[in-house]
Amino acid sequence: MLTLTHFLMLSGVLFAISIAGIFINRKNMILLLMCIELLLLAVNFNFIAFSHFLGNPDGQVFVFFILTVAAAEAAIGLAILVVLFRTRSSINVEDMDSMKG
Amino acid sequence: MLIGAAIGVIVARNPVHSVMFLVLAFFTSAVLWLLLEAEFLAMTLVLVYVGAVMVLFLFVVMMLDIDTSTMRSHFMRYAPVGIFVAAISVAEVWSVVWLRSQGLPTMARPEAAPADYSNSKVLGEVLYTEHVYAFELASFVLLLAIIAAIVLTMRRRPGLKLQNINKQVSVNPADRVRIVKMQVEKD
Repeated sequence: MLTLTHFLMLSGVLFAISIAGIFINRKNMILLLMCIELLLLAVNFNFIAFSHFLGNPDGQVFVFFILTVAAAEAAIGLAILVVLFRTRSSINVEDMDSMKG
Repeated sequence: MLIGAAIGVIVARNPVHSVMFLVLAFFTSAVLWLLLEAEFLAMTLVLVYVGAVMVLFLFVVMMLDIDTSTMRSHFMRYAPVGIFVAAISVAEVWSVVWLRSQGLPTMARPEAAPADYSNSKVLGEVLYTEHVYAFELASFVLLLAIIAAIVLTMRRRPGLKLQNINKQVSVNPADRVRIVKMQVEKD
């Protein structure tokens, strides 16, 4: 029988995997964006699980807004990436040191 | 299966393979959301994410011809750090969610919804009454994303022939047409 704990553990493991992905793939910006999508998916999982087990649809409304904002973020991120590739012909994060930060 | 797909996303050598693993992860989580009776959001996840966002990712991955061999040269250098951080987060979540909740009464799984229950209807009733301002704000965010993406990727090529509306409107007729007075020729 699946309980709330199982879903929370699944979402926690998913979150940890995507955090590890951000550390491992820190050179490739597309993979970083994809790991952020996975992080948001893990968070949404928590919201949906609690919404189901508490019987409150507000959690699903919140997931709806997170999906909206994540889609907008992915679109803008990829647009920035395309412009960056055009000007620098590289998407390596370590090449982006022109501001000397 | 979701966990396997997520691991596939982060360790696949080819970015196209990671996009495909991400699609698999979204599909499996959509099925799990169906189990949690969030039918509308599961459908949204499949349509919006797998249908639109993943196609966008795939398009960008294939359009930008990236040399993956240099990207992967430092893979092993950061792998221990990543695995270490992931292990710590898993341990923390496990200790909070699993160990400390052993004595607590588990939340009972709610009864399955009746057959005439419509998840979309319930969601819509809440969304358009209580959260209507947030809903309008979300639509504004989407509009902003459309405009930002177009403006960012639009470029002016040199040599492109364009209309200059300002010049066209403010043109002086005297500059364009020259009336020539000629003598009428008679036989």
